[in-house]
Amino acid sequence: MSWDWQVFCEDTITREATPSCFGQGGDITYLDWLLSAWGWTVSVSLSALLLALLVGAVVGTLRTLPNRPWLVRAGNAWVELFRNIPLLVQIFLWYHVLPSLFPALQAVPGFVLVVLALGLFTSARVAEQVRSGIQALPRGQRHAAMALGMSTAQSYRYVLLPMALRIIIPPLTSETMNIFKNSSVAFAVSVAELTMFAMQAQEETSRGIEVYLAVTTLYIISAFVINRIMAFIEQRSRVPGLIAAGGGGH
Amino acid sequence: MTMKKNAMVTLLALAAAGGAWAQANDTLAKIKSGGSATLGVRESSGLGFTLGGGKYVGFHTEMGERIIADLQKQLGVKLETKYQPVTSQNRIPLLQNGTVDLECGSTTNNAARQKDVAFAVTTYVEEVGIAVRTSSNVHHIKDLNGKSVATTTGTTSVQQLRKHERADGVDFKEVFGKDHADSFLLLESGRAEAFVMDKSILAANIAKSKNPGEFKILDDVLNVEPIACMLRKDDPAFKKAVDDSIKRQIADGSLAKLYDKWFMQPIPPANVNLKMPLSPATKAAWANPNDKPMEDYAKK
Repeated sequence: MSWDWQVFCEDTITREATPSCFGQGGDITYLDWLLSAWGWTVSVSLSALLLALLVGAVVGTLRTLPNRPWLVRAGNAWVELFRNIPLLVQIFLWYHVLPSLFPALQAVPGFVLVVLALGLFTSARVAEQVRSGIQALPRGQRHAAMALGMSTAQSYRYVLLPMALRIIIPPLTSETMNIFKNSSVAFAVSVAELTMFAMQAQEETSRGIEVYLAVTTLYIISAFVINRIMAFIEQRSRVPGLIAAGGGGH
Repeated sequence: MTMKKNAMVTLLALAAAGGAWAQANDTLAKIKSGGSATLGVRESSGLGFTLGGGKYVGFHTEMGERIIADLQKQLGVKLETKYQPVTSQNRIPLLQNGTVDLECGSTTNNAARQKDVAFAVTTYVEEVGIAVRTSSNVHHIKDLNGKSVATTTGTTSVQQLRKHERADGVDFKEVFGKDHADSFLLLESGRAEAFVMDKSILAANIAKSKNPGEFKILDDVLNVEPIACMLRKDDPAFKKAVDDSIKRQIADGSLAKLYDKWFMQPIPPANVNLKMPLSPATKAAWANPNDKPMEDYAKK
């Protein structure tokens, strides 16, 4: 096996190596393309993550509300709907099926549809974690908040959610890393992200091993950076003596 | 310790396997001693596809079977034909490591690949063309300025598009389907104004669509690509045997009959007729068998 890493310095049209490895004057090299593909992967992932955290936190909270059976049912339905359909199928539903039912969606770019699909798919999983986090708290917490005269909103805002969200940081870390890896499905609706770059560039250059190694490395770096950020958040938000990390528990 | 030993054994096995690949450059001797030849086939291309259940058919698939039948005659032993479906991504590695002895699918003979593998004489010349809806007002590649153009990820057509984009000064939005069916869906659903791909693939997709009359293929040709069977590099005896078989099939007219069967008559699985007469370029390749790469065609 002989390596040929020069392939990344080649122009994507003429296949001639450029001295700086970056294209000039509108030409692009495979390295330029790889970095732009990485940019798309990161954009899809972070936008979807933001959507997933917002929707997931709301839906997860709704599912634990006392005396609101219909909101709880709606939340449960949301989770089951998005959790039980394979991600790739959801992407196709957003891209091909919904636009044929609602023509207005045809003008929406693939990027937005992918962010919606990936974000809502992940929101179901986040919602499940938020719910389990809230339900993991001893019932006495909720009762104590009510005994102090807090409204439902106040008890969530000041008592339940601050603790529940801390508990679920470790599984949320996995979820944020998953979103990076799942973003590879975006290639199916022609978002020019890393997986699509890999498929296309290896066909054009026939240096598949180098291309896939480079792409794999970028996925690992992205997921690991997210992992470290989450670890940092986990550490900084820790309240001594509150969560298991404090050694004592509740 | 055991872990280390295991790793050592694995390494040794890998090294031995590597050695075996290096030696496997006499394909005729290999298939004679093994009593079988493995044909690399495609599962969904215009020139070779599967009907399911391990059955592989198509113009190039059947031609490959005939080549192996000729090899059997030449070697004087009975050869079992094994089929190995390959993809664009794995066909060259599988050929190099000896899993596949001869690949007859839709592989373009180009200079980059000739560094790694050898090609039999060209048996089909593919033209990259443009399919549009009949109602569309696109008649030439220049009309595509500012429009969305679909093509399939992992094909050389994408590169052709980029080249033309620069050479002709047109600027279009590329949208990528993950496979040909997906790209055609982009055209069908109106997400793309045109679908740029090999004409045989365009014809097959149009023939299979709900309303074939709604689509047409423009006369413009973006690129010409010689398609040939692929074999291991530096194995002149095997290349000669394969080339001789193909020349025999051209000379006695059986290749032309085979072409007629797959491109001018209804074919399985849907019994559609692709109605693609033999192109002048393919005719020329048959009249003068050669293994020139794609780059030589562009010079003309």
